[in-house]
Amino acid sequence: MTSDAIRGMKDLPSAHLLGGGAGLCAGCGGMAVLHQIYDLLGPKTVFVNAAGCMTLLASYPFTPFRGGWLFTAMASAPAGAQGVRDALDILVSSGRLAAEEDMTVVVLAGDGSSYGMGLSATSAAIERGLDFIYLCYDNEGYGNTGQQTSAATPHGARTADSARGWSGAKKDLFAIWAAHRPAYCATVVGAEPLDLARKIEKAAKLKGPRLIHALAPCPPGWDFEAKEMVDIGRLAVSTGVWPLKEYENGRTLHTRIPRPRVPVDRYLQHQGRFAHLFAPGRQDAEIARIQSDVDAYWEGVVAG
Amino acid sequence: MSRSLITGNRAAAWGARLANADYMPAFPITPQTEIIETLAAWNASGEARAKVVMLESEHSMLTAAGAAAATGVRVFTATSSQGLLYAMEMMYATAGWRAPYVMVNVSRGVASPVTLESDHNDVLAARDSGFLQIHCATCQEVLDAVLIAYRLGEDCRVRLPVLVNQDGFYLSFTREPVLIPEPEAVNRFLPAFDPMGIEFRASRPVSQAVAVLGGSPYSYFRYEMHLAAQAALTVFDEIAVEFRDQFGRDYPQVDASRCDDAQVVFFMTGALSTKARAAVDSLREAGRKVGLVRPRLYRPFPRDRLRTLMQGKHAVAVIDQNISLGKGGVLATELASALYGMEAAPLIVEFIGGLGGRDIPEEEFFEMATVAAQAAEAGQVPVPRLLFSAGELREVRKLQQIARTERGELRGAP
Repeated sequence: MTSDAIRGMKDLPSAHLLGGGAGLCAGCGGMAVLHQIYDLLGPKTVFVNAAGCMTLLASYPFTPFRGGWLFTAMASAPAGAQGVRDALDILVSSGRLAAEEDMTVVVLAGDGSSYGMGLSATSAAIERGLDFIYLCYDNEGYGNTGQQTSAATPHGARTADSARGWSGAKKDLFAIWAAHRPAYCATVVGAEPLDLARKIEKAAKLKGPRLIHALAPCPPGWDFEAKEMVDIGRLAVSTGVWPLKEYENGRTLHTRIPRPRVPVDRYLQHQGRFAHLFAPGRQDAEIARIQSDVDAYWEGVVAG
Repeated sequence: MSRSLITGNRAAAWGARLANADYMPAFPITPQTEIIETLAAWNASGEARAKVVMLESEHSMLTAAGAAAATGVRVFTATSSQGLLYAMEMMYATAGWRAPYVMVNVSRGVASPVTLESDHNDVLAARDSGFLQIHCATCQEVLDAVLIAYRLGEDCRVRLPVLVNQDGFYLSFTREPVLIPEPEAVNRFLPAFDPMGIEFRASRPVSQAVAVLGGSPYSYFRYEMHLAAQAALTVFDEIAVEFRDQFGRDYPQVDASRCDDAQVVFFMTGALSTKARAAVDSLREAGRKVGLVRPRLYRPFPRDRLRTLMQGKHAVAVIDQNISLGKGGVLATELASALYGMEAAPLIVEFIGGLGGRDIPEEEFFEMATVAAQAAEAGQVPVPRLLFSAGELREVRKLQQIARTERGELRGAP
């Protein structure tokens, strides 16, 4: 990080660190976030990856990373981060490694790992006070295998295994993290780069477990055109579906309170995964439920 | 060098301490827990300088172990049984990182039914993982094998993690006299950890453990690991010579006891082989030409050494403390493949024994030697046998009767 304070778009880094040519989908909302975060954290970063879409970024003999990368498994990326962090600490404290050779350790995991298989390892890493950043790119399903339902899939979304829309509801990962009282948690989206940059700037200065939870609009998984990725991200924020917030010192603050909130059907209509709510007939009750869930969330925010 | 009466677990901990392991990710499981408790206590008292970190599972423990090794420090860890199975994904994964570390496995039978006592199904399930395996028979060997394992795994021709196996209870909780080497002598034998470029440093960008696309690079890198594992045979021999010169104890790939003129040999690994050795002495006193062949190195498999030792023997009684359900004993299968095509190869007579901590008494070694000798004479291989006595069967029948009665009472039946 070069600047002390990010005030406007012109303060964002102009150099891009992540190499091009990776084999991910066009319009990947997760990649948009990874690009922005990597530019802010800089090359002295080791990404410890859990199995997911991003795993194919580093495919022999190519890598887009200018620092470190370690693929682990789906369930235990935070434990991999523990090993890397502890080893770097041992090397620096024993004088075998110069302090300027030290690196920031970042877990890079999708929602499938973050909400499910990796949750035990994540919880334990937070308990141990591990000094790391956890970047969850949340595309609300097991995207790499064709968008099956994960614990992050929102109510009503069609997935590969729920053709008529998922009957459950999205789990609150942010609240699960916050319940551990970590150093920092934040939600971000690639479509709001200034909000994202301010949060990364803050996170980078803190020590301990830090969550960056990024909504990752997914063209093939959510069924929209790649060019709409930024618009969908903005709608997620303006409808209140994706609250932008941060947690620090036991308190959660919203960094953007959309007023007035755009009705959720504007967000839903843009995505094929919700098309069954609008055709052949409009499913008013389902849409109303989704709207009322969003409204209930924000009522809580206003009341709090 | 001091002589102490210590358990196999404590001997394992001494190995890790003397090896100057930097990092010890841990997770408790019976009968291994004493190892990590001992190391944690030494760390707290300042007697050892390692960082001991308690993980929340063996899967995470091995991920942290591999990740730390890949960052450039010397790593030690330990587990047992269900823990080994739970960690299995990361055994395969971290072996491919080519960042060596040492894990002690304290063998214990695997569920179901769940048990705490020893057999070798846990460690043999890890047979194909890419970990090299050294199987120990005494507490002294456990300590020494940990030191040898670091040399072996860290050799530039090998670069693979190494598993040191000891039997739960029979070694883990049994005190034996152990010579604890002086740190200076260990430092001469085992130099400081050299990451050989496998490390994370800000000035040296590297992506590790990356994906491959297609079968060609995958085949190449997997076969490279196989060749490295095979190269460990030669490296092990070199290290054994150095170890003997430094410490005076001899550790060949395969231990052979009274084999030269033997017509029948026992073939087994682990702590119960010490009972086989005693039985061999008794059999010799009774005029029987019986010996013992015990592979210390299990991966890589010491095929050539075994073919030499088995040359001219009439029969081998293989004692498998494991069972590959639907096939039989794992050691018998492995030995058969190693001896296949050899002229005048001995008959292989299979016994399954010592499952879940069951003892193998001396009279059973006598019986196995007799069955093997008769098989050789008749030129016919008998069906594989389970070491299980009529008395044991009566005991199990009693338990079953009690279970039926208890169930009947719960259900209100007469």
